[in-house]
Amino acid sequence: MTLSYSVRKFDAVIVGAGGAGLRAAIQLSEAGMKTAVLTKVFPTRSHTVAAQGGVAASLGNSEEDNWRWHMYDTVKGSDWLGDQDAIEFMCKTANECVIELEHYGMPFDRLDNGKIYQRPFGGHMSNFGEKPVRRSCAAADRTGHAMLHAMYQRNVMVNTQFFVEWQALDLVRDAEGEVLGVTAMDMETGEIVVFHAKATIFATGGAGRIYYSSTNAFINTGDGVGMAARAGIPLEDMEFWQFHPTGVAGAGVLITEGVRGEGGILRNSDGERFMERYAPNAKDLASRDVVSRAMVTEINEGRGCGPNKDFVLLDITHLDPATIMKRLPGIHEIGVQFAGVDCLKEPLPVVPTCHYQMGGIPTNYLGQVIVPQGENKAVPVPGFYAAGECACASVHGANRLGTNSLLDLLVFGKSAGETAVKDLKSGMRSHKPLPQDVIDKTLARVDRLNNQKSGADVHETRLTMQRTMQKHAGVFRFKDMLSEGVTKIMEISEQVAQTEIKDKSMVFNTARIEALELDNLIEVAKATIVSANARTESRGAHVRDDAIDCPETPDGRNDKQWLKHSLWYRDGNRLDYKPVQMKPLTVETVELKKRAY
Amino acid sequence: MDEERNARLGRLRWHCRRALLELDLIFQRFWARHGDELDAQTEATLTRLLELEDHDLWALVNGKDSTDDPQLAALVETLRTV
Ligand SMILES: Cc1cc2nc3c(=O)[nH]c(=O)nc-3n(C[C@H](O)[C@H](O)[C@H](O)COP(=O)(O)OP(=O)(O)OC[C@H]3O[C@@H](n4cnc5c(N)ncnc54)[C@H](O)[C@@H]3O)c2cc1C
Repeated sequence: MTLSYSVRKFDAVIVGAGGAGLRAAIQLSEAGMKTAVLTKVFPTRSHTVAAQGGVAASLGNSEEDNWRWHMYDTVKGSDWLGDQDAIEFMCKTANECVIELEHYGMPFDRLDNGKIYQRPFGGHMSNFGEKPVRRSCAAADRTGHAMLHAMYQRNVMVNTQFFVEWQALDLVRDAEGEVLGVTAMDMETGEIVVFHAKATIFATGGAGRIYYSSTNAFINTGDGVGMAARAGIPLEDMEFWQFHPTGVAGAGVLITEGVRGEGGILRNSDGERFMERYAPNAKDLASRDVVSRAMVTEINEGRGCGPNKDFVLLDITHLDPATIMKRLPGIHEIGVQFAGVDCLKEPLPVVPTCHYQMGGIPTNYLGQVIVPQGENKAVPVPGFYAAGECACASVHGANRLGTNSLLDLLVFGKSAGETAVKDLKSGMRSHKPLPQDVIDKTLARVDRLNNQKSGADVHETRLTMQRTMQKHAGVFRFKDMLSEGVTKIMEISEQVAQTEIKDKSMVFNTARIEALELDNLIEVAKATIVSANARTESRGAHVRDDAIDCPETPDGRNDKQWLKHSLWYRDGNRLDYKPVQMKPLTVETVELKKRAY
Repeated sequence: MDEERNARLGRLRWHCRRALLELDLIFQRFWARHGDELDAQTEATLTRLLELEDHDLWALVNGKDSTDDPQLAALVETLRTV
């Protein structure tokens, strides 16, 4: 072994400086804990910046609202796969968390009376699903960005120590299953450091880049999820990914629903407005999953467009150019830049595009990472916490409601931090001796990359993985395609273990960074396709062609057999399951019902 | 290429990893097309451009906003046409 490393000690180490990581860090630093935050990019360049829609909280500033209604919407949105204790906790805590954020300096849009302005958002209703309610709080179209700024400033005030442009490589988990920190690499020097901590919090965001077509920025490589899997932590509900119907084909850039709202029409290769067949009333404005499925059906039945017949068209050429430029600013430029199309004259090529990861590292509503042990399916892993898109609390279940993700970051970022503080103060956590064999494994992984010859190309291998995931485990899933996909992804996983980089330099070696990211992406891809292959029902975002739609299993949802969370283990590539928590903390259960809007 | 420059370019490449997919894609093309011929002047301008917040940078690239700085403006124009 040629690589060396040094050790730094902290009370807590947080990996990730997006919304969830920054919120957790505030909690720890405010309590006087020596806290390190590691991030691959400058905190305010984390992917949370992309969120524009807003953050949900039943403040009731514009009209009557109530956390119980929000809870009902979230359970229903999740297609009953969300844990009702965590959902109650999130919806009940929302107001407090949003007001706290306001106090940190978040410039929310305001009403004339000075209160936070709220707007409606899909799936958020009043009075248990009766009619849309204004629940989303936003800061112009820069909600995520403003949120990160406010929380970053707060962290600077309370002396959080940032390690910017550091890449965490692996979780340090000893033979007893306790988590003792992470191994990380300083991109600037290539130096490897073990961050030895009494509490370790993962807030590394999603892994949307496992798909070929994704709205996620390149940074979303699921590092925390991959690290957890390698450390023997099972991954929960990874078959559930939210797809947005209109991403630009080949690029993934999101085209807002507003385009169809303004009269945009989806057409197949015959020029047919095919949504008339699938949703005679709502047509192009039907819900996201209905539109996505219709698009995939058209493509699968040979009515896709382009040389490979692999996209459909979003047509706005019949609209007044002045209206387009005024009402849909930016859309023309997106067409030109990413589709090479002048959308005033030609239709835009679009495909359903991966948008959000519902599954992740299993946690409870306290932010503790939980794993099965014997009969007990929810035993906390000592010293390990997670929050945000990398975690599965599970509040989003089989399908996330818009604006509930930013809320998830605030609520569970805070509770993970709070629980860690409690554990640290109780004296139950110490700097246990580091397990050398575990650290050696990480060093060996980096060392292999430095020495690999005649290996697979990182870029090509990643592309093959992404295309395979898109084709075999996309928005609409087929039995044979899934099982074929499992075989293919397992083969690709063998190539990933042998990737080769030409550049072996130590300083800002982006080839090495990307190779290490691919190690994580492939774990997420495996978890996704294996879990999806096994789940033979349709629920929320997981839709199977072979799931039977009958009175016992409406829309293919089979509660008798499948009202349970999947848990995928990397070792042995095997699955386990655990029950959904149907019992909320204080209120009555939201009883099972068919999900209809 | 000498080691120091290699490191500098590596850092710049990494700083092109942004929070918005739109920018990632633009910079990916930029590096593919111009990566090998980056002169010191462009390097310096790119370093400055990358200091901008993502939404401001995207507003420049998509033409919603403009800059008075001639060097930045020229580089933005290159980015718009890669
Ligand atoms: C286009 C788009 C629009 C969206 N709009 C909304 C919206 O309006 N409302 C809403 O609620 N949700 C929205 N979402 C979803 C929401 O933005 C994300 O789920 C959320 O921001 C994720 O936050 P996070 O804190 O979990 O992770 P991120 O913000 O992704 O941060 C991850 C952090 O982890 C760090 N990191 C990752 N790996 C490593 C590593 N190996 N070592 C060190 N650091 C690492 C990164 O540097 C980063 O700091 C949107 C998503 C997209 C793609």
